[in-house]
Amino acid sequence: MTKNLRVKSSKLVDETYRISFKFNGTTYYGFKGDTLASALLANNIHLVGRSFKYHRPRGIMTAGSEEPNAIVQLHNGTSRTEPNVRATEIEIYEGLVATSQNCWPSVKFDIGGINNFLSPLLPAGFYYKTFMWPASFWEKYEYFIRKSAGLGKSPDVPDPDIYEHKYIHCDVLVIGAGISGLIAAKTAAKSGFKTLLVEEKSYLGGSTIYQDSEFFKINNQNSASWLEKEINEVKKIENLEIKTRTSVAAFHGYNFLLARENLTDHLPLEQRENKTRQRLLKIRAKKVITATGSIERPLIFDNNDRPGILLSSAIKKYADLFGVACGEKNILFTNNDSVYETAISLIQKGIKVQAIIDNREEIDSKLIKETEKNNIKIYKGYTIVDTFGYKRINSVSIMKLSKDGQKVIGSKENISCDSLGISGGWTPAVHLFTQSGGKLKFRDDDQVFIPNTYPSNQMSIGSCNGDFTLDEILINTPKLLKEFLNIKKTEYENIEIYSAFNKSKRNIWLLPSNKIVGKTKSFVDFQNDATAKDIKLALREGFRSIEHVKRYTTTGMGTDQGKLGNMHALGIISETASSKMGELGTTTFRPPYTPLTFGTIVGRNVGKYFDIIRKTPIHEWHFENKAEFENVGQWKRAWYYPQNGENMHEAVQRESKAARDSAGILDASTLGKIDIQGTDASEFLNRVYTNAWSKLEIGKCRYGLMLNEDGMVYDDGVTTRLDENHYIMTTTTGGAATVLGKLEDYLQTEWPELDVYLTSVTDHYATISVCGPNSKKIIQKVIPEIDLSDKDFPHMSFKNSKIGKVKCRVMRISFTGEQSYEINIQANYAKSVWENCMEAGKEFNITPYGTETMHLLRAEKGFIIAGQDTDATMTPIDLQMDWIVSKKKFDFIGKRSLYRSDTIREDRKQLVGLITDNPEEILEEGAQIVADMNKTPIEMLGHVTSSYFSPNLKKSIALGVVKGGKNMMGQKLIIPMEKKQINVTVTDPVFLDKENKRLNA
Amino acid sequence: MFLINCPFCGEREQSEFKAGGEAHIVRPKQPTELSDDQWAEYLFMRKNIKGIQFERWNHIHGCRKWFNMVRDTSNDEIKAVYKMGEKPPVK
Repeated sequence: MTKNLRVKSSKLVDETYRISFKFNGTTYYGFKGDTLASALLANNIHLVGRSFKYHRPRGIMTAGSEEPNAIVQLHNGTSRTEPNVRATEIEIYEGLVATSQNCWPSVKFDIGGINNFLSPLLPAGFYYKTFMWPASFWEKYEYFIRKSAGLGKSPDVPDPDIYEHKYIHCDVLVIGAGISGLIAAKTAAKSGFKTLLVEEKSYLGGSTIYQDSEFFKINNQNSASWLEKEINEVKKIENLEIKTRTSVAAFHGYNFLLARENLTDHLPLEQRENKTRQRLLKIRAKKVITATGSIERPLIFDNNDRPGILLSSAIKKYADLFGVACGEKNILFTNNDSVYETAISLIQKGIKVQAIIDNREEIDSKLIKETEKNNIKIYKGYTIVDTFGYKRINSVSIMKLSKDGQKVIGSKENISCDSLGISGGWTPAVHLFTQSGGKLKFRDDDQVFIPNTYPSNQMSIGSCNGDFTLDEILINTPKLLKEFLNIKKTEYENIEIYSAFNKSKRNIWLLPSNKIVGKTKSFVDFQNDATAKDIKLALREGFRSIEHVKRYTTTGMGTDQGKLGNMHALGIISETASSKMGELGTTTFRPPYTPLTFGTIVGRNVGKYFDIIRKTPIHEWHFENKAEFENVGQWKRAWYYPQNGENMHEAVQRESKAARDSAGILDASTLGKIDIQGTDASEFLNRVYTNAWSKLEIGKCRYGLMLNEDGMVYDDGVTTRLDENHYIMTTTTGGAATVLGKLEDYLQTEWPELDVYLTSVTDHYATISVCGPNSKKIIQKVIPEIDLSDKDFPHMSFKNSKIGKVKCRVMRISFTGEQSYEINIQANYAKSVWENCMEAGKEFNITPYGTETMHLLRAEKGFIIAGQDTDATMTPIDLQMDWIVSKKKFDFIGKRSLYRSDTIREDRKQLVGLITDNPEEILEEGAQIVADMNKTPIEMLGHVTSSYFSPNLKKSIALGVVKGGKNMMGQKLIIPMEKKQINVTVTDPVFLDKENKRLNA
Repeated sequence: MFLINCPFCGEREQSEFKAGGEAHIVRPKQPTELSDDQWAEYLFMRKNIKGIQFERWNHIHGCRKWFNMVRDTSNDEIKAVYKMGEKPPVK
C-alpha cells in the first residue's frame, strides 16, 4: 500500500543512512537529513492531523516554520513528550515517535469530525454568543469548553533535559542565511565587524541553494552553484560565527534579541544524555541585519485545506532538497510566476505535472514558455472553485474568471490530481522587524507590507525587505550594506545576473466562486479554522478594527500565529469594508516568532536553582537538630524543632513555655542590618523614624517605626548607637533590601547635603537571641568578662565585648517581653557561639525556638509584625502606637500624611486584641470580623491578623484590625466561619505583663 | 530591553536598574505648612506622558546610585542621562 515517492537523492539527504521512526503507531523509514514531513511524504502520507474547530483532515502544507497543520505530539506518554512540534522542522532521528493531535480515536477516524457537519451552527463568535446565558451556567459550560480546548498534551512529569542561557555580544547580527543574509554576513565580517549569523534551518543557503536551473544564473553559473562557493568561503572567515538550527524568537528594543539554539533535537535519544538540549541566546548587537526572507501566500478558495494541498514552494523544496514527490499527478494553481519554477523542478525530476491553473489572463516569461514546451496544459485566467477528496485531494473544479476578477463565468471543468500546489505570491517576513518597533509601509504594486522606518541600528535586506527576485537582491543588497556598514565597496559590484522570473501578479484576496460565500469553506487560518465567511460575518456584525476581527474569528491566533493567512484576512476586510489596505494596519506581531519550550525560557533556573536560597551561618545546627524550616523571602528560617514526634502545635507550646519559664534561644541572623555612619547620622535617623533620635546616648538602643511618605507603617526595628557618629539599624527580615533602597533614595536625592553612609551588613553578622528568666546566667557563662548587672547593663542598652578573642556586640533588647540578650558576632563564629550557649544553658533547659514560637511570644505582648499585622494602610495611630510618634519633631518621612483628612478618621481600621469566649477556640488568621449578622449586606469591620493559643496565658489570643476598634474595648464581635460563628471580645492588644516586669525579672 | 548608560558605570543592561518614577519632584521643605490638597499633589500626582518624560532610575544591581533619565516614552529612546542635582541637558 505504501509507495516510495523518493525521486532523486539530494545533497541534504543521505540515502546511505536509513532511519526508522514511528508515526501514529506504524514504523516508517526515512533518511538522515529528512524532516518528519519529508519522510512522511516520501511514504505517501499527507494526512497528519485534524483542524482545531471542525476536526477536518489536514495535511502537510509547507516546508518550514510557518506550518499551520502538520503539528504533532512527540514521544507521547514519556517525560520528553512535547506538543505542537512542526513536522516540517523536526529532523528525524532513530527512535522518533510522533502522533497526530486533536483527534480521537485516530487521525483517520475522528469523532470530532462531526463538527465539520455542524459547522453552519458554529459561526465566528459561536462560544461568545452561545454561552453568555444564563450567566450562572458558565461554570458548567466551562468544564466542557476547556476539555475541548487546546492542542496536544503537555507533559505531566519534570522535563529531563538540560537547558541554558548564554549572552552574546557582537558588532553585527545577521538573521537568516539565505542568499542575502550570506552576502551580508560575509561583507560585514570581511569589513572587520565581529559578526554572528543565525539560521533557523540546519543548512545554509535558503531557497537559492536548491535553485538549480539554467533560468537563474549568477556570473554565468547556476545560482545554487554560485551560492555554494560563497558558503564555502563564508565558513572560513574567522570573525564570523555561524549558528544553524537557531531561530530568533524576539527582537526587542536597543537591538536586544532572544534566539533559541537547538542542539540535540536532531540526535537519537540515547545520544542526548548529559547534553544541553536548547540554549536561549541573549544577543546584544551593535547592528542587526534582518534577512528573514518571505513566506509564500496560499490562495483562498472553497475547500482549500484538503490533505495534498501544499504551497507550491513547499512542493518544489520537497522535490529539490529532499528528493520527495508530493504526488504523482500534480496540479499547480497560481497568480504569479512562482509555480513555474516548481513545475520546471518537477519536470527535471520526472514528476508529473497534470495542469497549471493561472489567475492571470496574459502571461509571458521564459519560465512559462519552458513549461509549455513540456506539454503542460496551462489554464490562463482560470480559478479553482472547489476541491474534492476527504482524506486526500483527488480532483479540483475550475472555472474562468471574469475580467474584473470578481466572479466566475462559463462552465465548470473537473481535473483529477493527488496533489495541488498553490501560490498567491510572497509575504515579506517582517515579524521581527515590527517586534523591534519598526513601522511598515504598504506597497500597492504587489500588495505587500515592507519595512519603512527603523527604530534602532538595523536594516532589512532581501525578500523580507520586498526584494523578491534574484536581480533585485543582488543589486539592492550590496547598496544597502555599503550605506549601513559605512563601507566603500563590496565584492558584489560587477556581478552578472540572469533571472527568468517575471514579477507580474494578479492579486485577488478571496477568489470568487460559483457558490455564495455563506456556502463555502475558504480557509484563511488553517489551524484555527477561520474562513473568509467568518471574517465577513464579523464585519457584518460591526467589527472594524483588525485587532477585534482577529480575536472574534481567532484568525492568526494558532501556534503558527497566522504566518500564512493574516494578509488575506486583512485583504478580505479591506475589500469588504472598502478601506485601503495600507490604512488598515496589521495586527501586532508579538514574540516569540516560533513557539519556545518552557525549558528554554527558564534555562538552568529549575528545582533548587529556581531562586536563591539564603541560609544563616547556624543553619547546619538547625538542620542537624531536626528543625522544620519556613521560607521567609529567600531565607530558610528554623520554624520549630519537633521532639519525639510532636506536631507543630505541640512543639510551639513547649518552646513558648520554656522561653518564659526558663530560657529560649533563637537564631535571629536573618534580620536586616544596616551600618550607618557619618556626622549627620543622628539627624538622618530623626528624619526617617517617627520618634526622636538626637538624644539617644552612646551604648543605648531604641525601637523605631518607619513610615512611607503616605503615613503608612513600612518597617520597624531596633537601632543602636555604637558611637557618636555610628549606628547599627535592624530591619525586618523581609524588608532589609527595600529599607536600604529607600534610605539610599532619600539620602541621594532629597538630602544629598547629609554626611551619612549606609552599608548592608546583614550577612556579616549573625544574631543569637537568648531570652527568659535564666538568660542572664547563660550569657554570663558564655561571656564571663561582661558585667550584666541591671544597673550597668539595663534593658535597651549595648556593650562591646569578646568571646575568647572574638569581638562581639551584645544588645539587651527584647521581642518576647522577657529579659533577653542578643549576641551579634562575625558570621563564621556564629555556630560555635550558638553551641556555647546551648552548652551553657543545658542546666536551665535552654530551648531552641523557631519563628512560630517567636511570633506567639511577641503576640502575647502585643508587638506587631510589620507586614503581618500591618498592610500598606496602617498608620502608627491605627496601631495604637501614638507614643512612638514625635510631636516635637519638625518633620519626618510621612509626618504630614498623619493628619490628612483620611488618616484622621475615627473609623479607620485599628489594631486591637481579640479574646474568644471559648478560651480553647483558636481563630483563623485572615478571618473576617463583623458586629451584626442580621444586617444585609453584613458589614465587614476588619479581619484577624495574628492568632495563637498562648500556653503562658492558657487561652486563645488574637490580634486583628477593626473599624473604630480603639473605642470598642470590651465590645462583643463575631467571627463568622463556614459552619459556625465565634464570639469574641475586643481587648487591649497587650495580653501579658502590661507593666513590663519580666524585662528585669 | 534598554541599554542604559549609567552616569557612573557606563552602559549596562536594563535588568541591573530599577525605575523610580517621575523626576524633579522635590520634597516640600515645610510639609506642615501645606494644605491637604497641596500635600496630595506632591504625594500622589504624577505625569504619564506619551513623548519626552523625565524619570528617576537607580543602578540597583550596580553602583546603587540614583540618576535621572530623559526618555521618549513613545519609542523608548533614551535622550540623555544625568546625575542627581544636575539640570536636564535637553528640554
